[in-house]
Amino acid sequence: MLRVLVAVNLGVAVVATARAPQLSATFSEFLDATSIVEPYLLLVLAVLWAGAPRLQRLPFGVGACLIALVTVLAGQAIYAAMARLSPLPPGTLLRWILFALIAVGVLLFYFHLRARALSPAITEARLQALQARIRPHFLFNSINAVLSLVRRDPRRAEVALEDMADLFRVLMRDNRELTPLEDEVELCRQYLELEQLRLGDRLTVDWNVKSMPGDALVPPLMLQPLLENAVYHGIEPSSTPGTVSINLFLSRGEVHAILKNPYRATGGNHHSGNKMALANVRERLALHFDAEASLESRVTKDAYEVHIRIPYRTSVLESATGAPTVTGPMPGQEGDRSGDSNARIGAPEAARG
Amino acid sequence: MAEAPLRVLVVDDETPARRRLRELLDDCASALPITIIGEAQHGREALDLLQSAPADLVLTDIHMPDMDGVELARHLLKLAHPPVVIFTTAFHEHAVQAFEVNAIDYLMKPIRMQRLLSALQKVPRLRPVTAEKLAQLPTTARRFLSVTERSRVVLVPLEDVVYLKAELKYITIRTAQREFLLEESLTKLETEFGSRFVRVHRNCLAAREHIRGFERRVNGDGDAHWEVLLAGVVETLPVSRRQQFVVRDMGRETAA
Repeated sequence: MLRVLVAVNLGVAVVATARAPQLSATFSEFLDATSIVEPYLLLVLAVLWAGAPRLQRLPFGVGACLIALVTVLAGQAIYAAMARLSPLPPGTLLRWILFALIAVGVLLFYFHLRARALSPAITEARLQALQARIRPHFLFNSINAVLSLVRRDPRRAEVALEDMADLFRVLMRDNRELTPLEDEVELCRQYLELEQLRLGDRLTVDWNVKSMPGDALVPPLMLQPLLENAVYHGIEPSSTPGTVSINLFLSRGEVHAILKNPYRATGGNHHSGNKMALANVRERLALHFDAEASLESRVTKDAYEVHIRIPYRTSVLESATGAPTVTGPMPGQEGDRSGDSNARIGAPEAARG
Repeated sequence: MAEAPLRVLVVDDETPARRRLRELLDDCASALPITIIGEAQHGREALDLLQSAPADLVLTDIHMPDMDGVELARHLLKLAHPPVVIFTTAFHEHAVQAFEVNAIDYLMKPIRMQRLLSALQKVPRLRPVTAEKLAQLPTTARRFLSVTERSRVVLVPLEDVVYLKAELKYITIRTAQREFLLEESLTKLETEFGSRFVRVHRNCLAAREHIRGFERRVNGDGDAHWEVLLAGVVETLPVSRRQQFVVRDMGRETAA
């Protein structure tokens, strides 16, 4: 609604500027125009607001026609009211309605595009596409490592295959819903076990998860792709041993994850994959938590560090905007939505719908 | 007729991968006499080993720290009797394509015993892959230059190279300690190492990180030209008239 008000007023200002003979007259022209536009606009919005629940169920085309009809009728009502107060030049009604219909058309088009970009189906498709893909290189090297165990240490081979099964079960399942952090941590442990099998002493893992909130909901595969990166870029390129450290904790209602690995300045094309995984996790965080989550990466003296911050939530209902579990936003609700998501920071409440 | 056993070196940075390959080679041994002369964790170690213990075949992984498999194969060509190299790789879309195109032998990990055996059986008929073909593989630039001295292959780490200068038939590699002679083309080196070197003269590439500055010199005839000052060596290098823009560009970089 806020967006509609601002947009129409801007439109009026533009028209006023165009009509005014000089710049100084713009303001008075604007005031004249708004004295008519404002009641008109508010009337239309009030009618649409009252009818919103029903309007939402209609197909977009029918809804748009109804809104246009409301606009025309409201135009006539305002005209009638205004004409009683003071005489108006002929043709005014037509001009008003024309202006109003153009505004309606432009705004409906804008909201339609916006709703499509944010619609649950599209968001779901994007999440699917974004789902972290494990490097084939890891899969085949791991199978090879397990094969090397089959003859001399069958029991370890069994455990390794079980870890692989768990890992791939998660990788292949539908990963749109948030999962508890402890599950993600377990997955990461299994993944790192497999890497350890291949890399032996070259990889040391330092877990710091005593104070992590295990029940916090996180996007699945939030950490694993980043750890895969850490191993691929920080451990594999060097024959000297290195440490990957994972630090998870809760601070002021936010879950923090800090991952570190040795930074090896190797040239070449080694780094393109890194940006992909980072962008992938970052985008999925945004789809689930909007601006409330962040992912930052930096290079310190000899380490590469990724810092993730997400709001601490333990039930799906609290997960805010954009998540596919929440009903998609409808045109006209947009203004309110961006307004109250700010209010929700720090004091989570059940999402609408 | 008793054949001499096939001497094999196994190179892989992952212990389980080396172990697996050993198992498979043992399996093949019943069909074909094989001696495993050793194992190495990366290219540099393999090269060291091969200097004292010759092999007929090197089975090497491609991705390895310190020196990858393709670079190893290039340096091996400088040995008096270069071994045949067969690459092993877990997965590498682009590389695999390039291997096919250049008919370079490779085995996909996990390796099947049968495939390994048939690869081993054709080794006596194979010639080592040429440097030209190896250079076409999409790998990163070499980390070492290699020269042959008294029938040994000596590696010169690229970061030690102060400049490369073409003279008649050879290229002189200058490091802070000494000079080496290399049989390669300056243009190809320039393409391979890109921004690491800057061409200061038709016959000379200077290592960017070793350039300390430039000095204007006037000779007896009153002609002025620039000289490159280098860290670690006393001599300076003349900048040719055509490459004078280098002085300006690098001057700007240091000023910025």
